[in-house]
Amino acid sequence: MALVIGGILIWASGYSVRDAYTNLFMGAFGGTYSLATTVLMATPLLFTGLSVAFAFQCGLFNVGAEGQLYAGAFTSAIVALALSPLPSVLRVTIALLAGAGAGALVGFLPGYLKAKLGAHEVITTIMLNYIAILFTTFLTKTYFKDPGPVDQTVLLPLGSRLPELISGTRVSLGVILGIVIVAFLNHVMRRTVLGYEIEVVGQNPRAAEYGGVNVSLRTVQAMMISGAVAGLAGSVEVLGTLYRFIPHFSPGYGFTGIAVAVIAGSNLWAVIPAALLFGALQSGGQTMQLFARIPMELMTTVQGLVILFVAAPALGNIILRLKNRA
Amino acid sequence: MSELIDIIFNINNLTATIRMAVPIALAAMGGAFSERSGVVNIGLEGMMLTGAFTGVIACQISGSPWVGVLFAVIGGGLIAAIHAVLTVGLRANHVVAGVGINILASGTTTWLMQVIWKRKGTSDLVTGLGTWSIPALRDIPVIGTVLGAHSPLVYISFTLIILGWVLMFKTPLGLRIRMTGEHPEAADTVGINVRAIRYFCVILSGCLAGLGGGYLSLAWLNWFSKDMSAGRGYMALAACIFGGWNPLKGLAASFLFSFTDAIQMRMQTSELRIATELVQMIPYILTILILAGAVVRSRPPAALGEHYESGQTSQ
Amino acid sequence: MYAIRMENITKRFGNVVANDGVSFAAAPGEIHCLLGENGAGKSTLMKILFGLYRPDSGTIYVNENPVSFGGPRDAISHGIGMVHQNFMLAEQLTVTENIVAGDEPRQRNGLLDYRQARRNILEFSKRYGLHVDPDAKVEDISVGQQQRVEILKALMRGARVLILDEPTAVLTPPEVTELFVVMRILAESGTTIIFITHKLKETMEISDKVTVLRDGRNVGTIYTEASTPESLVEMMVGRSIPAHDSHRTPPQEEAALELIDISVAGRFGGRERLQNVNLDVRYGEVLGIAGVDGNGQLELEEVVTGLTKPSKGRIIMNGEDVTGLTSRQVRDKGVAYIPSDRLRRGMVASLSLSRNSVLGMHHHAQFNKRGTLLEDIIQGHAESIISQYDVRADSIHQPMGSLSGGNQQKMVVGRELARPHSVVVACQPTRGLDVGATHYIREKILESRNNGKAVLLISAELDEILELSDRIAVIYEGQILDVRPAGEFTEAELGFLMTGQRNGV
Repeated sequence: MALVIGGILIWASGYSVRDAYTNLFMGAFGGTYSLATTVLMATPLLFTGLSVAFAFQCGLFNVGAEGQLYAGAFTSAIVALALSPLPSVLRVTIALLAGAGAGALVGFLPGYLKAKLGAHEVITTIMLNYIAILFTTFLTKTYFKDPGPVDQTVLLPLGSRLPELISGTRVSLGVILGIVIVAFLNHVMRRTVLGYEIEVVGQNPRAAEYGGVNVSLRTVQAMMISGAVAGLAGSVEVLGTLYRFIPHFSPGYGFTGIAVAVIAGSNLWAVIPAALLFGALQSGGQTMQLFARIPMELMTTVQGLVILFVAAPALGNIILRLKNRA
Repeated sequence: MSELIDIIFNINNLTATIRMAVPIALAAMGGAFSERSGVVNIGLEGMMLTGAFTGVIACQISGSPWVGVLFAVIGGGLIAAIHAVLTVGLRANHVVAGVGINILASGTTTWLMQVIWKRKGTSDLVTGLGTWSIPALRDIPVIGTVLGAHSPLVYISFTLIILGWVLMFKTPLGLRIRMTGEHPEAADTVGINVRAIRYFCVILSGCLAGLGGGYLSLAWLNWFSKDMSAGRGYMALAACIFGGWNPLKGLAASFLFSFTDAIQMRMQTSELRIATELVQMIPYILTILILAGAVVRSRPPAALGEHYESGQTSQ
Repeated sequence: MYAIRMENITKRFGNVVANDGVSFAAAPGEIHCLLGENGAGKSTLMKILFGLYRPDSGTIYVNENPVSFGGPRDAISHGIGMVHQNFMLAEQLTVTENIVAGDEPRQRNGLLDYRQARRNILEFSKRYGLHVDPDAKVEDISVGQQQRVEILKALMRGARVLILDEPTAVLTPPEVTELFVVMRILAESGTTIIFITHKLKETMEISDKVTVLRDGRNVGTIYTEASTPESLVEMMVGRSIPAHDSHRTPPQEEAALELIDISVAGRFGGRERLQNVNLDVRYGEVLGIAGVDGNGQLELEEVVTGLTKPSKGRIIMNGEDVTGLTSRQVRDKGVAYIPSDRLRRGMVASLSLSRNSVLGMHHHAQFNKRGTLLEDIIQGHAESIISQYDVRADSIHQPMGSLSGGNQQKMVVGRELARPHSVVVACQPTRGLDVGATHYIREKILESRNNGKAVLLISAELDEILELSDRIAVIYEGQILDVRPAGEFTEAELGFLMTGQRNGV
């Protein structure tokens, strides 16, 4: 449906629709380079989408994935730089953990405010987004600046990076890490006491209380886990693709992650294909821009439309879940 | 230190406070109407942004800023109509729909800006609204400086807010709106058209937020820039909650936000050596603090966020 | 001529036939009782009359004119009013606002005319003896007063036919008497009153005619004078219900649960919900708490199970002081808890039966190993509850919300009684259930008692309390007024106590 509207928009702007969509498809899936680009674009979305989807399980709407991503990205970059003397594997692992930790910390505050004071997490997380972006920019400009015209950190040395998965591209091991985390969180939700309690809190907090569940604790934990995963989105992007922290580097990964999560619904595994879908749109969009000369911003609009149209039917599950918690 | 005190207690801050409260207070009232009828409106940010955008376009095409204002209102209302259809008509989750609206507004305005003006950051300059100077008011010492000379939208907005308060609490329509948000089933039973009221309130909230956006792009500045609402829509929602879903109290709450906004801007141009980013963070931190404190005290409309369909009963 | 006549009404909800070719009529000035057990179709029929539902087939006649209602507004314009079981009142708005919403008196400038509204209300209020405070917020007035507001709402919109849906469920006995007085005044002025209930006694007392519904069908209409309680029961139920096994083992002396001077504060600083409550429940006995809903029963149930903390006092369970422990800790000490709010507290409707079957016990060693759930054991547990309690379900994986109310309650009871426990807290255990399920659950409660468990029974149904309890305590406005062996109370005495009057005066 969204593609139809997109097509109308393209036609209205005077471009060839057929060219556009052919390029879109080829750009996304035709050939190794295109596929790699798709995966590259999809990787951060895999993490942010998972982050938001996990928060949904607890009836929470984590709109703060963007800010948590920045926190994780920045922290990982700094830690990786600081740990130069350590062996590479150790360096990268600790940097990843630090990134996750930073994200968890940013996720903690809205979780706590919601649990103890009932403050709506949508607004608190959005505010933290602005705060995180501003603060990381400030820190970079003031303390960690790479000498030169651009505000960014020093380039990460080879030993501080995530190894490439497909050589020649910037697709890193991060994507494997993402899939592993999806599997892990899925196991947690289906098979553990923690996951059971989180699900019950998300479906019916009063029944959770009745069942002896510590609702506040689980709420905070869920937000922290969600934040940690979003933080990893940033970490993986910095350690595996960008190799440095650049303020404002994210083209809205956190927000697109919301769309990914909405499409995936309550199925954590579905985050993977959903992230790939958006990655494909991005990758194909770039090719469209190059060859059919259609501007990138049109892609953004199409993405927005995809959210609303595909999301409307997929909202069914989410409606129930969030409504119960509201 | 004295520099700091000087910055905070400057009388121009009060003027700026009044000025900058407009978009937030208008959107807050919009939020109050929407939520009092039972629909959560997280999309105020997107509606404000859209209003700012359509206002500038209309102004550029017509050459008149007042036409721009009209279209700012219309623009906000149209986006709100989408939100209304999603939430009231299709029973989508209010929060998800609101966030979707914001994302859509942000992306679409940025794209269209590229298409129309071939620039990614800002639009062309347009004719602004200018200021009105009210003679009698201006001559009162102190208050005159603060209130006497403002963009006409400021005076219009304050009037609208008072009217809005009257509408909400003193008219039959206002009673029906409140009834719908407190107990839609009861409202339905006595023949109140719940759907119509909700559509009306959501679209009204969009028009108000759009007007607030128009203020940003036509009166405060004379152009549209990417994401220029900068979170004010969310602050407006916080102000609305803090003000107990009451337009007048929402206005007071908005002053809190605009005051920090004014200080923040003053600090940027002062000689105080604090990084711009840190200072810019202040309004956002304030929002979190307000939310943390406010929610405990106020009671939202009982049926906020719940869907209702005629014929549905709670048994 | 009949005031209203319903001919051959049928209404289906999915597979369920709520009304099956029902015909019903009531004359002006008549008090007509619609009697039947829970789920018989009474509410549905009246909601059709009020325009909330459209019948699948059949016709409605008002004053012998056929009508078709598009909604409550149409019904109201034809003079039909309804007072629902769950009041249709906005708590945060005032009495006046609630009454005039939708039909507001206006000043010339378009603003609301509050003064005129108040005057109208006071006038009607005097005429029919329905006293209310127009400026009070609905959440601040008593349930009896709220009901009066609802009745005024209907009358002021010109209702000539007034439908009351289970009006006495929330009233104290003297309030019921007051209501009956109002009803007679109305009937004498020509208003038709249709009174939905499942309580025989009231039917016999107030109505002129009775129509009995069973399983969606009209079983018969007779003049009240010509009927007897037994004949009505037979019509309602269609078969005889065996009495409970009357064998009771004597209760033990020792108290399993003791509440000492328990007080619970009100929310938002209101008055105390429980004041200096002193109770004890012994092993092998049922202590019934009698009282009209809203007098502190909810707080009592929650303080005993640890969901609410007392502001004062101590709770001793099995000899141990458990005051201030978390809900989980209290329950793990051996409390089986059947909550009064089944849907919101006792289960998660969207989750499977299997997952619901371990709610509250999921952290016990038998169901998990170091944090990982043991799926097989959990499923086996669910299956055993289903078979033991004869729960009608297709699969343990179906969502609990898809079960009928009776089956849901059986799952809850089965789950709770399967826990290791010495105390049972059963609250409104048979509310909204049909006769079969009600009987079954009461049996289970007696069984627990006979097995030496201490049962705290909280119920708004006086019959239930009288049937099951060894001792009865009456609760009123958060205080326990009297505790005595069941045999020492007469029903009249209990009725008086429930209204706060001590010594039956």
